[in-house]
Amino acid sequence: MPIIREAAAGGEAPDLRVWPVRDDYAIVCRVSDPVVQVSDLRKSFGDTLAVDGIDFVVPRAATAALLGGNGAGKTTTLSMLLGLLLPTAGRIRIFGEDMLRHRYRVLPRMNFSSPYVDLPHRLTVRQNLSVYGRLYGLAQLKTRIETLASDLQIGEFLDRQTGQLSAGQKTRVALAKALLNEPELLLLDEPTASLDPDTGDWVRGYLEIYQRRTGATILLASHNMGEVERLCSEVIMMRRGRIVDRGSPRALIERYGRDTLEQVFLDIARAGTRFDSREAAQ
Amino acid sequence: MSATAVDHRAALARFSPARLGAMVLRYLYLLRSSWPRTLELLYWPAIQMILWGFTSKFLMTNSSYVARAGGVLLAAVMLWDVMFRGQLGVSVSFLEELWSRNLGHLFVSPLRPYEWVLSLLTMSLVRVIIGVVPATLLAIPLYHYSIFTLGPPLIAFFLLLLIMGWGLGLMIGALLLRHGLGAESLAWLAVFLLAPASAVYYPVSVLPPWLQYLAWALPSAHVFEGMRAVMFEGVFRVDHFMAAAALDLVYLLFGGAIFLYAFRQARQRGALLQMGE
Repeated sequence: MPIIREAAAGGEAPDLRVWPVRDDYAIVCRVSDPVVQVSDLRKSFGDTLAVDGIDFVVPRAATAALLGGNGAGKTTTLSMLLGLLLPTAGRIRIFGEDMLRHRYRVLPRMNFSSPYVDLPHRLTVRQNLSVYGRLYGLAQLKTRIETLASDLQIGEFLDRQTGQLSAGQKTRVALAKALLNEPELLLLDEPTASLDPDTGDWVRGYLEIYQRRTGATILLASHNMGEVERLCSEVIMMRRGRIVDRGSPRALIERYGRDTLEQVFLDIARAGTRFDSREAAQ
Repeated sequence: MSATAVDHRAALARFSPARLGAMVLRYLYLLRSSWPRTLELLYWPAIQMILWGFTSKFLMTNSSYVARAGGVLLAAVMLWDVMFRGQLGVSVSFLEELWSRNLGHLFVSPLRPYEWVLSLLTMSLVRVIIGVVPATLLAIPLYHYSIFTLGPPLIAFFLLLLIMGWGLGLMIGALLLRHGLGAESLAWLAVFLLAPASAVYYPVSVLPPWLQYLAWALPSAHVFEGMRAVMFEGVFRVDHFMAAAALDLVYLLFGGAIFLYAFRQARQRGALLQMGE
């Protein structure tokens, strides 16, 4: 495995990280490379353009948000990043790999959670985690489930059917599934939707802890401005399938002369034509 | 980081028995979670066998055709159930994923579509064994008929009908991927469209000539002709066996190809995230 030896030799390229794939092949990427690189990404459904030529990068260990109203293209973008939806055009690179050609090299290193995609209701929580743990090829599955059960406080209902849980409990279970493989890239679609403020706050707190502990990169789609302000270092504002602005929450708030990100969001949502014409001018 | 938790070589393998096993485990958990569902698997084959057992008993003294080989109707109904349960086994496991809106989670994991297909086929075999074997055993004390008297050809008939069921199940799965749960009723009804031309209870020669052409394009018609040849003449018809095996191959390859094509189309449309109740 010459690639691995070269990287292991270390001195000249301490920035390299090696992922053995087979005996004769390994993926090597730089720690400093962006985890997500999207260029000129488009998706149309018939005549409807859902995502219209967007470009963005998410650096390693960052928490970024796709922010926008209904139909802005956030979930469509996340779906394409996950490989669940094929783009009409454009490129997606994750960990330096082309997602359209090599998604199976990347999928073991990422995971996903959404309140709109259920785990099987008639399986117990433990059974669900056990099935997904095997799908991700976890080496020490029982230990991993016990650890997550303790971290996410789901131990008391591990042996209850998933369909019998409350919304808050289901969200924690979905998060446990999403963290089973300790993903380096975590994609979250509205992670605290339909949760009461207390549970929502708990989830946000846990994500912060996870991100700090593992250095994972998190990309979330959200309507919740408070959540985005608290968690994210980078915000990508979307409207009608396009990126209309981006920056840190603080920078956006200052740029628009507002007090909160919610006010910025409303400015963008209500003054769509202004942005469309500005973009056209650019 | 994740290297400590995940066996990356296994996760990146093109085919993983562990992932196949995980999916089979998922469906076994489902079966175990609901005893009415398990009972249902046993119920219909048993009821069918009882009904046809009495019919056979009556016809034994009133029909020279049945009198020539007492178990011909019972053997036919049991083998027909192999095909029906084989197809249903694929379709129902597939439908479970639609009902639970689980496809989005499954296909952001390293699971490959063909591993999923293999797990559906494995579960189909499990469901056929659970459903059909008890009915065949029940026929022995009730009607003094054992389908196992067919001998080694029974294995060939079983496999040929099971594989045809798989092919049909995959084709129906493709339709479900295309049309969602709106096409759910196809899972239960489609195979019965083929029953008349399959010549389950009567010879193909009974059918009108135009329907005979269709019948000979079905592996099932060859199997049931072959079964009658064994029962009436004590002969294993290699020609029917070869024809059924060749047709099975076509059905299975076509079913698999159209299923994987429909899967890719579902990714084009974003249906993997949206599909469900």
